[in-house]
Amino acid sequence: MSTTTPTSPLTEQPKFRSSWTQKLSRLVQPFVLLAPAGVWLLLLLVLPALLILELSLIPGFRLGQAAGAYGLGNYFDIFQFTYLQVIGRSIYFALGATTLCLLLGFPVAYWIALMAPKHWRNLLLVAFILPLWTSSLLRAYAWITILRPSGVLNSMLAALHLPTQNWLNQSPAVFIGMAYSFLPYMVLILYASLEKLDTRLLEAAADLGATPQQSFWKITVPQTLPGIAAGCLLVFITSVGDFVVPELLGGASSMTMSRLIYNQFLGATRNWGFGSALSMIMILAVSLAIALLLRYGDRNSSLS
Amino acid sequence: MSQPALTKRTSWQMIVTLLLFGFMYFPILVLAFYSFNASRYSSRWEGFSLRWYESLLNDSRILSSLQDSLFVAFCAVGVSAILGTMMAVGLAKYRFFGKGVYRGVSYLPLIIPDIAIAVATLVFLATLGVRLNIWTIVAAHVVFCLAYIAVVVSSRLANLNPHLEEAALDLGATPLQAFIKVLLPELMPAIVSGCLLAFVLSMDDLLIASFTAGGGANTLPMEIFSRVRTGVKPDINALSVVLILFSGALAFLAEYLRYRSDRRQFRQ
Repeated sequence: MSTTTPTSPLTEQPKFRSSWTQKLSRLVQPFVLLAPAGVWLLLLLVLPALLILELSLIPGFRLGQAAGAYGLGNYFDIFQFTYLQVIGRSIYFALGATTLCLLLGFPVAYWIALMAPKHWRNLLLVAFILPLWTSSLLRAYAWITILRPSGVLNSMLAALHLPTQNWLNQSPAVFIGMAYSFLPYMVLILYASLEKLDTRLLEAAADLGATPQQSFWKITVPQTLPGIAAGCLLVFITSVGDFVVPELLGGASSMTMSRLIYNQFLGATRNWGFGSALSMIMILAVSLAIALLLRYGDRNSSLS
Repeated sequence: MSQPALTKRTSWQMIVTLLLFGFMYFPILVLAFYSFNASRYSSRWEGFSLRWYESLLNDSRILSSLQDSLFVAFCAVGVSAILGTMMAVGLAKYRFFGKGVYRGVSYLPLIIPDIAIAVATLVFLATLGVRLNIWTIVAAHVVFCLAYIAVVVSSRLANLNPHLEEAALDLGATPLQAFIKVLLPELMPAIVSGCLLAFVLSMDDLLIASFTAGGGANTLPMEIFSRVRTGVKPDINALSVVLILFSGALAFLAEYLRYRSDRRQFRQ
């Protein structure tokens, strides 16, 4: 065995003793490790995705009916005012949630990553993202309790002699619920990015007479731009596909894409063809966003 | 040299952070407050009471949906722990044709909206004529649990000393022995912390379970969803508190394991 020189260790086994059984085992090993998960993903992710692509190309497909001819009818149907409005609303909610998360999350990530006592940083970060581990349904439900007309918020406003608000089942509730749900993701990603910031540059800038504002816009922001992009895209993607918050907090007038898709499959409409076309649009939009993220974003913080 | 503003004691960033810590924990405190409040509707305090916890314990629908959820989560996480670890190790060890595509597909469930995965799985199962039941939920949950466990294990593998396994092989261990005796113990904290994450996500999933249950099973999120949709239910407050404490404990365990394994790695 001593004759073998260690080469790139994880990719090659010792070349010595190379009998046919070893050659075979080298061929079989990757297969044994990768095939089970691969088959599972192929069967329950790739094939299903191809199937909804096919269904989306059958206009008006409903379960239990003979499939009609292929066509782009389902995609043309999307170009109706009501549906375009739904898509627009989803994007509006997602953009709003992303903006809120960035504005609120940046100071938090900045303070925890750069200003908080060193020993506390990990603990503070964990404490901040801890609510992420709890049920998203129950977090939205908690906001129902707060925002409903006789809820906690209005009791507090009334006690302060301020006008009460009727936010539940309106857009403000959706923005609050989404910002609440996705803020931890934003803070997590911004933290990872800010932690790597070279603070010596900030010191140098201060020594050279830059104001804090100047060094923030000229040093901090450019250096953390990949993290900002990654955080914004992640929050945008998650909120554009969110179902729970608009459904529970948005009320009937806040129909979004995922609720529309849900209704096409499990609601009264049962138009699987149209629902599939909407799902494909959503998958394509998300893939485009991911492609942009991988092309221009920071690889290290994008999937952490 | 004068230190820049970074070390100032109180700053507006600190105040914003404190306010947002309040924002993050306020809804949870509200649920806890309501869960002990004797009154059914009022947001005023009308006496301490455990009646909502009592009614929760006597609620057979909640308990059976909890059972279904736990069953799904344990099965899905169990299968995913094995498949996900094998996948992460395989991806770290070998170069092969189509590796990029394989890796890309394995990351998809982290990114594609739940609703799209749910729809696709339902269409697929309906096309095959598979009867929907609790096992179809398990099969669908494995897809995303697998992805999360593989990501956590992969990041640990990337920081691992590759010479340890090589040394075992040089000393005459078979690849299987080297895997079980050397690599697996090193990966264990990551596997467990990935499993906890996948477990919590499986317990939280509403959409994929709704689409793949087919009346054969009723998971906890499905039960909660059908209840809270129609208004505020005080026993749900009690349930929230129980679940939040439970998942909070799991989160701490996961973070602690990651922290400890990071430190051990650092010392090596």
